[in-house]
Amino acid sequence: MVQLPRWQAILVVAICALGTLLMIPTFLSKDTLDSLPGWFPKHQITLGLDLQGGSHLLLEVDVNAILEEDLAAILDQVRTSFRQAQIGYRNLAVRNKAVEFELVDPASTDAAQNALKDLRTGNEIQSDGTRFTIRPTEVSIRDRQRAAVEQSIEIVRRRIDETGTAEPLIQMQGRDRIVVQLPGVNDPERIKRLLGKTAKMTFHLVDPNTPRVPSGTPAPPGSMALPPDKADGPDAGFNYVVRKKVEVAGDRLVDAQPTFQNNEAVVSFRFDSIGAKKFADITRQHVGEPFAIVLDDKVISAPVIREPILGGSGVISGSFTPQSAKDLAVLLRAGALPAPLVVLEERVVGPSLGVDSIKGGLLAGYVATALICAFMIGAYGLLGTFACIAMVFNIVLIGSALALMGSALTLPGIAGIILTMGMSVDANVLIYERIREEVRNGRSPVSAIDAGFKRAFGTIVDSHLTTLFPSMLMFGFGSGPIRGFAITISIGVIVSLYTAIMVTRLLVVQWLRRSRPKALVL
Amino acid sequence: MKRLRLVPDGTNINFMRLRFICFALGAIVILGSFVLFATKGLSYGIDFRGGTLVELRMPTTPDFGELRAKVGGLGLGEVTLQGFGEPTDVLVRIQAQEDGEKGNQRAIATLREAMGPDVDFRRVESVGPTVGEELRMAGLWAVLAAIAAILIYVTMRFEWQFGLGAVIGLVHDVIFIVGIFSLFGLDFDLTTLAAILTMGGYSINDKVVVYDRIRENLRKFRKMELAELINKSINDTLSRTTMTAVTVILSIAAMLVFGGPVIRTFNLAMMVGVVIGTYSSIFVSAPVLLYLGLKRKPDAAKEEATPARP
Repeated sequence: MVQLPRWQAILVVAICALGTLLMIPTFLSKDTLDSLPGWFPKHQITLGLDLQGGSHLLLEVDVNAILEEDLAAILDQVRTSFRQAQIGYRNLAVRNKAVEFELVDPASTDAAQNALKDLRTGNEIQSDGTRFTIRPTEVSIRDRQRAAVEQSIEIVRRRIDETGTAEPLIQMQGRDRIVVQLPGVNDPERIKRLLGKTAKMTFHLVDPNTPRVPSGTPAPPGSMALPPDKADGPDAGFNYVVRKKVEVAGDRLVDAQPTFQNNEAVVSFRFDSIGAKKFADITRQHVGEPFAIVLDDKVISAPVIREPILGGSGVISGSFTPQSAKDLAVLLRAGALPAPLVVLEERVVGPSLGVDSIKGGLLAGYVATALICAFMIGAYGLLGTFACIAMVFNIVLIGSALALMGSALTLPGIAGIILTMGMSVDANVLIYERIREEVRNGRSPVSAIDAGFKRAFGTIVDSHLTTLFPSMLMFGFGSGPIRGFAITISIGVIVSLYTAIMVTRLLVVQWLRRSRPKALVL
Repeated sequence: MKRLRLVPDGTNINFMRLRFICFALGAIVILGSFVLFATKGLSYGIDFRGGTLVELRMPTTPDFGELRAKVGGLGLGEVTLQGFGEPTDVLVRIQAQEDGEKGNQRAIATLREAMGPDVDFRRVESVGPTVGEELRMAGLWAVLAAIAAILIYVTMRFEWQFGLGAVIGLVHDVIFIVGIFSLFGLDFDLTTLAAILTMGGYSINDKVVVYDRIRENLRKFRKMELAELINKSINDTLSRTTMTAVTVILSIAAMLVFGGPVIRTFNLAMMVGVVIGTYSSIFVSAPVLLYLGLKRKPDAAKEEATPARP
């Protein structure tokens, strides 16, 4: 006998009602939603970037740059401490991700070991007496890199916040990657420009004898030749000769603002107390000498110090446009990235395409619903109608699950829902075809329906599970939009297992009870 | 009221007689796909190959010759232009630049500058070589893992012969779809792979239904010859197989026509997948069981003692 315990019937109705209730907020405006009482569900389906328009950037932190920087620092330290301890060395260089050198006098091994003791934490020091290798340990490299990625995320967030982008999503992905999603930003050039600079700012003294050399000329020891920031400015073809020693660094800045001076766009800055003191000392001792402001190994300007600057604030001028002055101020306020960022992947959808995609997706959904319903009703009559009602609840429940989970609906996601509609009636087809067979075998309507539901059940579970596996794997390997597709398909398969069996069953049971048909027309 | 029937009651087509033709056909298709793959190759989309894809909406219907000359002169290497959707829309594909990620970024900026402010950049997708390589590998693994998962599940639920039979059908389907994409030079990208995986799931679902019936009939008709039994099972489920294929085809057709050009190849791959998956359920996966040494369970003899249900 076909029947459904009362509690199950109530559960089916309750789940469908709840699903419908959860779908309502998606169709309401934000204002209407806020005015509703507190118990009313507020979760709306969020649209993916491909539907609402926006930019998706996958950035990679160049962690090798950090290792190189560390090795350079170790090399510097070896040189300084050996000079202090007066130990002779040769062939000091970075090779195979390690710092290597040889001692001139094998007798100085102990002295060398002693001079290197500060480098022992985080590094592995090997030596055969004269030949030394200093190599950062795996653990310390990993820790440094993780810290760098975390710090990068923080800096990226600050820089993006400075641009006033609404609701950016910034997340770590994998070991050294950062996902940045910017809803509504359809020209990410400015943001990419901001993220493309490490923005390491340093102040250096300039060699007073030869402040400039033609590019290509090597700098004297202790100095480096850096190109001007503006390649087409008056300094084109020349490099500045600046001292390697960093007098003050950008991390001492507490504020930077774009402003105007003599009708020229400039950036004003202010140091913290330590920075201000250093800055005051330098400018006092070097009046009349040029002082280079260096950003990412390029000289923005090298003005001559006219008088000591004691207040800790100053102005950078360097043929800026108002926009580039603004950008530089943003970069200086947000701080320097520990390592350069590379854009690995970029996906941008403009608002016009997003609107078209939503329109197309909805239309396709309506047409598919109409076609499938017409076909099912044509084939199975009233039972087909029941299948269609179950299918509609299937869509409603997928929607409410998406709203609850907060996972974004993408264009492939819509495709997944539409495809699920076609596949979800499969469970009904299986049941109904079975009922047809049982009727042909001479069973009464009630017993045929009973047998149909019972016997089709195992097949339905098998076939649904085999559909579920690939979708879940897709979720594992896919990026953004594909994940949206995999999510809707997976939810759809699970939900349809419920709706196609239980909702249909409830409707069939009610119908049998009311009309007690003598014969089934199928 | 007259009901719509795709397969009349009591249909009994001798599918098993066609099996040699179908196996030969399958072998030709697979061989053909391999030859195409080896000679013509696949036209990988930027997801796998790296590069940049831009969808532009011009203010007026563009002169393609002029536009091609303009974009071709930007020094971005191989650039292809293609109409897309509306007559004012143009799809621009820029090859992966030599210096990888940085080059892609430069290419986008160059194109934006060259097009000026009146051109709407509806879509920009750029994938660097690192991610392209990763996506290719991840995609390959996903397909292999899906096949393995299905093989294991079907083997657990049925016998290993069924698992193998289902996977033979599935591999046949996947190779066929890849062959079609190679033949027509369609963009093979991440969404195509997603479509293949989805249709793999659908195809297996379809095969499982037929297998379920074969297993049931194996218990019910102990004396029936295996070929006849398989044939009967195919016929028993034929109505369901075609009904479900039609509902799925209807939903994909709706998307193909109204869903817009962005997901057209995706829908195309799924459409090919449904048709070939349905075909292989009937003509490949079921008949092939005959040659996999399917054994009736010894405990079926015990079941026979109790009279089979009508």
